[in-house]
Amino acid sequence: MKAKIIITPKKAVLDPQGKTVQGALAHIGFDGIGAVHVGKYLEIEITGNDPEYARKQVDDACHRILSNPVIEDYRFEIE
Amino acid sequence: MNFAVLQFPGSNCDQDLVHVFKNVLGYSARLLWHKESSLGNSDAVLIPGGFSYGDYLRTGAIARFSPIMQAVQNFAANGGMVLGVCNGFQILCEAGLLPGALIRNRSLQFRCEHIFLKTITSDSPFTNQIPPEKLLRIPIAHGEGCYFADDETLNRLKDNNQILWRYVDAKGEATEAANPNGSLNNIAGICSERRNVAGLMPHPERASEAILGSTDGRLIFESLIYALERSRGKAKKRDETTAAQREEGRPSAPEIAKAA
Repeated sequence: MKAKIIITPKKAVLDPQGKTVQGALAHIGFDGIGAVHVGKYLEIEITGNDPEYARKQVDDACHRILSNPVIEDYRFEIE
Repeated sequence: MNFAVLQFPGSNCDQDLVHVFKNVLGYSARLLWHKESSLGNSDAVLIPGGFSYGDYLRTGAIARFSPIMQAVQNFAANGGMVLGVCNGFQILCEAGLLPGALIRNRSLQFRCEHIFLKTITSDSPFTNQIPPEKLLRIPIAHGEGCYFADDETLNRLKDNNQILWRYVDAKGEATEAANPNGSLNNIAGICSERRNVAGLMPHPERASEAILGSTDGRLIFESLIYALERSRGKAKKRDETTAAQREEGRPSAPEIAKAA
């Protein structure tokens, strides 16, 4: 199995990277560009074959170390 | 009095802290490798600057799970004094020993320069020897020093008088221009609700000798020493004479520049 995890800055947190990328996209001529949020993508290979157990483990890992709940949100899927 | 300076893979201000506590202030200080699980007979813990674990994932995110940090958690829970500088501040926030988080500077640039700090309260083990009106001139060197906390946390910090230092200009005003990283409310350093744990982004250990251009950082360490002595019941109030005596015999920065 594989966990695919996406971590993004919380809406209330300053995201200077996102702002800079948004500015750059507009600058090189892309129109209709709104707010950009730059986050992280992680893939974790998981041994075992119990998707429910894997889901719990990944959720715990996201909460405790992979993301910082003060500044980030996370979501993931197990495939 | 024994000071423990933690050392993680990627710490790079550890030797500077040991140097200042040992050679400048004259106390016993030793390095403690992150894999140690005990603080031994340490009276206070200093967490140095650097890039622990390469800043991978987030600054301080991996260091906080080092065995030594479990000992620091227990030490702090028992009222032990802990000071984190720069990466040490980031580690303390990740460990939940201080509220909030430090994120990428608003400018996206690494800032390495001297700044001015205003001390907001002398009511802490880290600020008790700092004259109320004195601005501290201390260097910063960081890419991720923008202090962030949600409104509720920020209000709690203010209500409990936990904000210890703010970035200010030479006149002591906390202006936008004097804020090097976009920190909320120009926050440069805070302490825990119990006041025994503190962190700041600027580097007082780089401003503790006249040869380096400023000795203002020493006031923070001398506050900590005073608090520790007071807690042992043998505090002696530091006065101007002792400060002058300490300065005696040390050449000033301009003298050194002239000699060179």
